[in-house]
Amino acid sequence: MPRSNVSAAYWLGFRHSLPFLLVIIPFGLLFGVAGSEAGFNLTEVMGFSVLVIAGASQFAAVQLMVDNAPVVMVLATSLAVNLRMAMYSASLAPHLGAALTWQKALAAYFMVDQTYALAIQEYERRPSRTLAEKIAYYAGVSTPVCPQWYAMTLIGATVGKAIPPQFALDFAVPITFLAMLAPMLRSVAHVAAAAVSVTLALLLAFLPGGVGLLIAAAAAMYTGAQIELWQHRRRL
Amino acid sequence: MSYSGAEIWLVIIGLGIGTFLLRFSFLGMIGNRPLPEWVLRYLRYTPVAVLPGLVAPLVIWPAATGGVFDMPRFLAALATVGFGIVTRNNLAGIVGGLAVLYLALFSLG
Repeated sequence: MPRSNVSAAYWLGFRHSLPFLLVIIPFGLLFGVAGSEAGFNLTEVMGFSVLVIAGASQFAAVQLMVDNAPVVMVLATSLAVNLRMAMYSASLAPHLGAALTWQKALAAYFMVDQTYALAIQEYERRPSRTLAEKIAYYAGVSTPVCPQWYAMTLIGATVGKAIPPQFALDFAVPITFLAMLAPMLRSVAHVAAAAVSVTLALLLAFLPGGVGLLIAAAAAMYTGAQIELWQHRRRL
Repeated sequence: MSYSGAEIWLVIIGLGIGTFLLRFSFLGMIGNRPLPEWVLRYLRYTPVAVLPGLVAPLVIWPAATGGVFDMPRFLAALATVGFGIVTRNNLAGIVGGLAVLYLALFSLG
């Protein structure tokens, strides 16, 4: 197989992924700041970004731990945030399923919203690509995103404490979450699910660490799925 | 925050392993077998089901004000969602939200 095509696929992925630096840099910095403000030491903050490498769930875990939720609830809720990764994995399987196990393990480790979104678009646009080219493209999209996540976390955790409270960086976490969330509100079912989640989470806020959120999330998922099903049946 | 070092690492490593298994699941172990439609339908709504509920109490009862409702923070949250929906862009939401936050803190606070 021509080596040059594989190399070209890598650099294509790299170029496609570069704009995401604009997202990764502030998100990584904010996670570093949020982690150190919450009281985690530098090794622990870096442990999150290197071992978990999933921003929304890292923010969720830190927030629940600030609220002193039980360890089990922290894990359950933060993993629920990452359930969508299973969906990404299922959707990439037809394209990368034939790769070697270590290659699939690396692809899994670097699977974030941005790498998944770019990879699946490219695979569907050019189905004739070889497996080697698909893997190279995936490696290319991961390069600008993932190492920068570690670096920005490190910078945020190191300099974060030097930022005075007037800058209201406490509110960086909600803003980051909401910014990730807003573009996902793309149908009536998504909006309804979000509304149920907000309403129940506020009504059940008196329940101990994380329980109210799990109930709210389950009800919201059910709402979204049922509305989608109902709309689908009406169209038939 | 009141956790022992061991509990903190239990969360970090547990979340790391759990997240990896979710990412590796179909790619590594199940292969090309498609997921049942009803499972996909639920999975589609997990982010919009979890994130809003997580963030709503932080917006209504901010920790920085001791849990008292704070208008600048509330306006900033609305602006973040608004900019995010209109632009479909994460960064625009963050920048817009922070701009409204500082503007409101400066003029109202």
